[in-house]
Amino acid sequence: MAKKLLIHNDKVPGIATLEVYRAHGGYASVEKALKTMTPDQVTDEVKKSGLRGRGGAGFPTGLKWSFLAKPEGVARYLVCNADESEPGTFKDRYLMEVVPHALIEGMITSSYALGAKVSYIYIRGEYFYVARIVENAIKEAYAAGLLGKNILGTDFSHDCYIHVGGGAYICGEETALLESLEGKRGNPRIKPPFPAVAGLWGCPTVVNNVETIAAVCPIVNMGGDEYAKIGIGKSTGTKLISASGHINKPGTYEIELGIPVEEFIYSEEYCGGIRNGKKMKAVVAGGSSVPILPTELILKTAKGEPRLMTYESLADGGFQTGTMLGSGGFIVMDEDTSIVKNLFTFTRFYHHESCGQCSPCREGTGWMEKILKKFLNGTANESDVELLWDIQSKIEGKTICPLGEAAAWPVAAAIRHFKQEFLDIAKSKKFVDVSHYNRLNKITA
Amino acid sequence: MGSQVHGTQEFNKNKRAETKFSEEAMAAVKEIISHYPDSKIKSALLPVLHIAQAEFGGWLSPETMDYVAEVLKIKPIEVFEVASFYTMYNLKPVGKCVLEVCQTSSCWLNGAEDIIKHIEKKLNIKVGETTKDGMFTLKTAECLGSCGTAPMLQCGASYHENLTYDKVDKLLEKYKADNKLRSYTDLDYNNTL
Repeated sequence: MAKKLLIHNDKVPGIATLEVYRAHGGYASVEKALKTMTPDQVTDEVKKSGLRGRGGAGFPTGLKWSFLAKPEGVARYLVCNADESEPGTFKDRYLMEVVPHALIEGMITSSYALGAKVSYIYIRGEYFYVARIVENAIKEAYAAGLLGKNILGTDFSHDCYIHVGGGAYICGEETALLESLEGKRGNPRIKPPFPAVAGLWGCPTVVNNVETIAAVCPIVNMGGDEYAKIGIGKSTGTKLISASGHINKPGTYEIELGIPVEEFIYSEEYCGGIRNGKKMKAVVAGGSSVPILPTELILKTAKGEPRLMTYESLADGGFQTGTMLGSGGFIVMDEDTSIVKNLFTFTRFYHHESCGQCSPCREGTGWMEKILKKFLNGTANESDVELLWDIQSKIEGKTICPLGEAAAWPVAAAIRHFKQEFLDIAKSKKFVDVSHYNRLNKITA
Repeated sequence: MGSQVHGTQEFNKNKRAETKFSEEAMAAVKEIISHYPDSKIKSALLPVLHIAQAEFGGWLSPETMDYVAEVLKIKPIEVFEVASFYTMYNLKPVGKCVLEVCQTSSCWLNGAEDIIKHIEKKLNIKVGETTKDGMFTLKTAECLGSCGTAPMLQCGASYHENLTYDKVDKLLEKYKADNKLRSYTDLDYNNTL
């Protein structure tokens, strides 16, 4: 069995309660950090661990923490990004729903390291019922003296609150999230200044993903060096992967970074292969915004080496032949899937979610959706493929936040690897959705 | 084909004559406000709007938004610009049960389109419309983080996953029999109906 550090106890009855969570070693990192370590020592362990942001960007967490400005007399904040909205991603929901105390424990230990007296968990509004579960965990933690004044009899006091959003993908971008937390529209801010200097209400702030914060607990418990031994190279530790699409066993899996992609898709331990005995056609490996790859390139790099579940291996070959680990939203498509139609659902999503601040994104996502719609109703011309390519190339790099890239990359990758599909529709003036029957089969069962 | 319901009186039992939070709701609002520094209570806006929507009939009327502005001591425009930005706030009256069917990638791959068509046929309305009796509003939603349990729909606080036609039929019957306003803030969410 592979090593699990975050959701290893997910099948234990009652693990969402403080009592059971503690009986299984929960809150050990709080005990250890607050009673035997200085805040800087905790940060050092996180640095040594090589932990990288699990929300999608993969930025080294310890380094991010070390950027936090610490002027005298100014409040500092830790904000947890639980706005999980990247299509294909549902791992944070699973973690919060099943082991909510793992997040609270991480919030306390991380806040201690950062010197934050107050922290917020910004959770997407649609996850209201998940927010209730986390809220209950917070209440239990307060009652047990794990939150509030003088935690476990130490000098460290900390308050942690839930903040529920209003439904907007863009609030997963950290500066938009902070705007939203301040009670405003989720319009991303121009950086610099970065949140580490001027974040929530202008105060130094660290924004970390749910899984990143939860990972701090095992790192403190086992030590950063031990944690860094798991995984390969700069991809250390374990990662939660949300697997969905045409696989036999969709769900949230914790993997050791470094296992082969092929093993993840076909082994019984994970996805269990492709449903209905079909062949695999393509995979979106890290949430909707990362480039889609055809079967031959997701299983092996262009150099013919096995593709591994690591930040580096998935990115091998750049965007020409590679992709990204991203948020770990792993969407698998079978041989009957229309790449054009799937791309349409992505592009419709980005058009819907663009905040509207930057023209290239606001207008471009709408144009791309319209053009893709032409493919679906059979009115597209061959020149529309070039037009799509042209538009996406003019969004990338020209917006305040990465939503521009997130919208452009899937379009570019679909054309790069599946251009013939677009051309075939344009030539025949007809779109046939062959996978329709398979889907119907599932929902009429 | 059903028609959009414009009047709220027809089904809006929760709507009070006066726009004022109940004692219980006001206590929840005060609790939320206490989470932020005294000079930053505007931060409470998003969560308080959820409470207001649940309190005043499932949508945010101009009166409701003005009232929220008053409670949080901010300008009405600050409330409107936020309410109009986020998808979860309804600026027009809706049915008691707002069915939000996710339609993004993984849900599409697993039959969301057919689920939507099935509900349209069953309720005799199109996406964006409300049934004549004010019971249901049908909407599409973008990724709700339920990709591994697709297709799915959200109604109030509840996630209904791994949908089949049969499951949808039973759900609609249950909701109709309950005849209750479903809000995101409901404590009695039930994901296993």
